[in-house]
Amino acid sequence: MTHPSSGEALAKPAPGGLGRLLDHRVLLSIAVLAILPWLLPSKALAVNVLIYGVVVMGYNLLFGYTGLLSFGQAAFFGAGAYFTGIAIGRYGVPWFAAVAIAVFLSTCLAAVIGIISTRTRGIYFSMVTLALAQLVYYVALQASSFTGGENGLRGFTVDRINLFGLQVNFLDPVNKYYVLMAFAALAMWFQSRILNSPFGAVIEAIRENEQRARACGYDVERSKLVVFMLSGATSSLGGCMLALHLSIVPLDILHYQTSGMIVMMVLLGGARSFFGPFVGAASFLILEDVISLWTPHWQIFVGAIFVLFVLFLPKGIWGTLLDTLGIGKARR
Amino acid sequence: MDLSLIIMQLLSGIALGAVLVITALGLTIVFGMLGVVNFAHGALFMIGAYAGLYLASLTGSFWWGLLLAPILIGAFGMLIEFVLIRRLYGRSIDDPLLLTFGLSYVLVEGVRIVFGSDGIPFPTPPQLIGVLDLGIGFFPRYRLFVIALVAVVLLVLWLTLEKTRVGLIVRAGARDPTIMQVLGVDIGRVWLAIFGLGVGLAALGGVLAGPMRSVNPEMGSLVLAEAFVVTVIGGLGSIVGAVVAGLMVGISISLVALFAPEMATIVMFALMAVVLLIRPQGLFGVRGRTA
Repeated sequence: MTHPSSGEALAKPAPGGLGRLLDHRVLLSIAVLAILPWLLPSKALAVNVLIYGVVVMGYNLLFGYTGLLSFGQAAFFGAGAYFTGIAIGRYGVPWFAAVAIAVFLSTCLAAVIGIISTRTRGIYFSMVTLALAQLVYYVALQASSFTGGENGLRGFTVDRINLFGLQVNFLDPVNKYYVLMAFAALAMWFQSRILNSPFGAVIEAIRENEQRARACGYDVERSKLVVFMLSGATSSLGGCMLALHLSIVPLDILHYQTSGMIVMMVLLGGARSFFGPFVGAASFLILEDVISLWTPHWQIFVGAIFVLFVLFLPKGIWGTLLDTLGIGKARR
Repeated sequence: MDLSLIIMQLLSGIALGAVLVITALGLTIVFGMLGVVNFAHGALFMIGAYAGLYLASLTGSFWWGLLLAPILIGAFGMLIEFVLIRRLYGRSIDDPLLLTFGLSYVLVEGVRIVFGSDGIPFPTPPQLIGVLDLGIGFFPRYRLFVIALVAVVLLVLWLTLEKTRVGLIVRAGARDPTIMQVLGVDIGRVWLAIFGLGVGLAALGGVLAGPMRSVNPEMGSLVLAEAFVVTVIGGLGSIVGAVVAGLMVGISISLVALFAPEMATIVMFALMAVVLLIRPQGLFGVRGRTA
């Protein structure tokens, strides 16, 4: 959570034992994801964990590490998916170029929304991001000649993909999983680099004490805007993965309920931890799967569990586990 | 396009805005006094509409529904404050927001279990069916009633806050809760009452909107976004701001619907973006606290 606590983000004594393992957090995370399809009951669930994991990881940069509680992340998740689908289906762009274009355009969208919303602070920021993301939702609903409106985007299929001259059958769930995992690995490497850079220290300083960060001479407003764009870019990559996976883009992806789901996932897993987003995405999706087996009203349980987490386990599953094991905060 | 049509559309906008004002007012009062953004506000608005409908059919009169639903749901709001939100005072400012967001899932799904997922028509009370001749055109009686009722509620609220002892305690409590406690005021009870009032206003908004919109479990999500937009434009925590911005949003939606119907839902967000670029704290907001 975004409780101000005295400078723990900046003090980074090297922990021994278990903590040293987390020096290699990217490799460790990739190793876990590599065996995930065999740990979970279905390959489809594993693909969803990958996709939502990347989306939530992007969001965690904003909420967990910078302390900005946005309620509009669905806009970038959805933008990534829609731009990918439109580029492939309408303009016949090859799939990897479509992904690159989609991430670029979504980052531009994040810049526009970021310029408006980062002018505000605190709870105001949450309300403004939610409202602006709803604006994106209504624009997608109205521009139905491009987006398919209420029916969602259809008419693009990704079945056989070209990987450096190698034809891969994308309909095979295992192939699909590993191709998408490459994206997740890229996103993890990228985020780890950001967090380890001086910029990573600046955003954590902003979370801990905005006034002090400003007094230290950091450009708080510009840093917030940059982190908003980086976060949007990462989440939009998750959207691209979803478009490739489903070959359709449902309009619901842009609704604020999706933003809420992303917030729930990050809290269930543990904000401010590197692997927390994947734990959160997995636990949310498993919970949804299990509960919806015996009642269509799974949301009532998910909501109640979320309330209990806010009250009693604000650091989430992974964050609490790391705390219990006494692993250094710096290496999450 | 003649002038009378525009005036009628303006009046429609005021009726729409009146419901927004009441709903956003509940949100803004709770924030102003407690520092809590109630993300379940839209869900409680929706429950208010269902409660109004249920009580009206139980008693056979819309008026009982209109009177009892806000009181009942307001009491339910006090229960929420007492059981859940009270634990979070003093913790991060994000926590109540997250908690009420989770709560909205529970409430919406709870309504689906009890009343089903389909929309239910909310009949207009028989006394208010039909239109009234205003000289320049015909206007639905029900909408005129909504405008009048909201005006009365606003007047009563304003008088209570500005002219009574209770209002004095509430305003002082918002400024400095510690001093109020030192002076012997049970600030916990004040906050309980304020939260109940905020939720009651959401429920009143829901009942009033019932005959104008269809009543369904999802109706709260649009309202929440609308109430946020109104609160952001007016300035978070500002009562005057909520009134001005609510009417502004209602009128713009209504007028834009006349010229470019497909832009009607989008215009309020555009309005918000423009206001934020000029005044990040909102029209009547105080700089420093939120922006």
